Amino acid sequence: MTKGKMILTLFLTFLKIGAFTFGGGYAMIALLEEEFVEKRKWLTHEEFLDIVAIGESTPGPLAINSATFIGNRQAGFFGSLASTLGVVIPSVIIIMMVSLVFDRFMQLRYVQYAFDGIRVCVVYLIFSAGCKMFKGLKKKPVTYVIFGVVAALFIGFYLFGYGFSSVICILACGCVGLFIFAFDNVRAKKGSAADMKEKGGKDE
Amino acid sequence: MILLEIFLAFLKIGAVSFGGGYGMISLVRETVVSHGWLTDTRMMDFIAVSESTPGPIAVNMATFVGYSQGGVPGAILATVGVILPAFLIMLLISSVMKNFMKLKGVNAFLDGVRPGVVALIMSTAVTMGLSLLFGIGDEKSSINFFGMGLLVVIVGIATGYKRLRKKKISPIVLIIISAVIALAVNLIFPSINT
Repeated sequence: MTKGKMILTLFLTFLKIGAFTFGGGYAMIALLEEEFVEKRKWLTHEEFLDIVAIGESTPGPLAINSATFIGNRQAGFFGSLASTLGVVIPSVIIIMMVSLVFDRFMQLRYVQYAFDGIRVCVVYLIFSAGCKMFKGLKKKPVTYVIFGVVAALFIGFYLFGYGFSSVICILACGCVGLFIFAFDNVRAKKGSAADMKEKGGKDE
Repeated sequence: MILLEIFLAFLKIGAVSFGGGYGMISLVRETVVSHGWLTDTRMMDFIAVSESTPGPIAVNMATFVGYSQGGVPGAILATVGVILPAFLIMLLISSVMKNFMKLKGVNAFLDGVRPGVVALIMSTAVTMGLSLLFGIGDEKSSINFFGMGLLVVIVGIATGYKRLRKKKISPIVLIIISAVIALAVNLIFPSINT
């Protein structure tokens, strides 16, 4: 396959994936695997799992992460550009069309009635997505401490009407992770001597 | 310069949104509410639309907010903003830093970020629920008994489905069920609508 043809194939494949995946990135994983591992055999199963793991560890939508990665691997920079554009274009066009009619649609009485129920459903969907992710977290004390502190701060700030910055919060959590890692390393290097000293200090 | 403001706001969201589409809901909510671009209720309505249309939720939300504030250029700039960080980072990882995942610092950073993001997602749902059902933090503070009843029904349907079919019910199906119930209840008891 020539490079030009490969870029076109990437674009069309991701266009199709972008147009037919409902429910966000995680629903897309199954489709990507079918397309690139089983059908086209561009990636092995392990490579695919690596891409998903990297996508989950980097910011941004999972769909964009995988499209950029697979595109770059198959056809360099222009491959990644074509793949990313392909996966995004259907969304952008559909949402622009929805936006055109959204306000008028929301003014219909029956639609308002329906959305009284849909909003409740959205709250449930977000909460249950959070619960599912909670089960996947590492079972360490630090995890629960960070979770508890962030949840308490967020809800507390909301109840008292203060503005909360999720950006600062996310970065602070990352720094706590780094700090604990550094702290564990230092403690591991000092070894048991430090543990003894710490224990002695507490006894006094 | 509303267009520049939209672009920068979504660039920031794209750069720190770990944990997929749901991970960025709290970020988008804060941004749009503080800029006065959308109300909380409209944001919830649009999350339902995002769930029911194809494509990544992040891209759908960026396009919607961008379009509402700046038309077609706004939609395009918001979308480019939200995907640019992911695009550049993945380009860097796939061509230069092949061992990215093996860096210990990266994993340590993520060990801290992950529980924080999950807490943000669940707290966002809790505060949305408080405002929707009890009117807490909302201008019109009224208690929504219909909403509470519906929430119980939704939880019941979702758990029942999981027990019987051994898999999660599709969000779209659940959205449609909620819409039909709300419509039916409103038509049968018109006085319930607050």
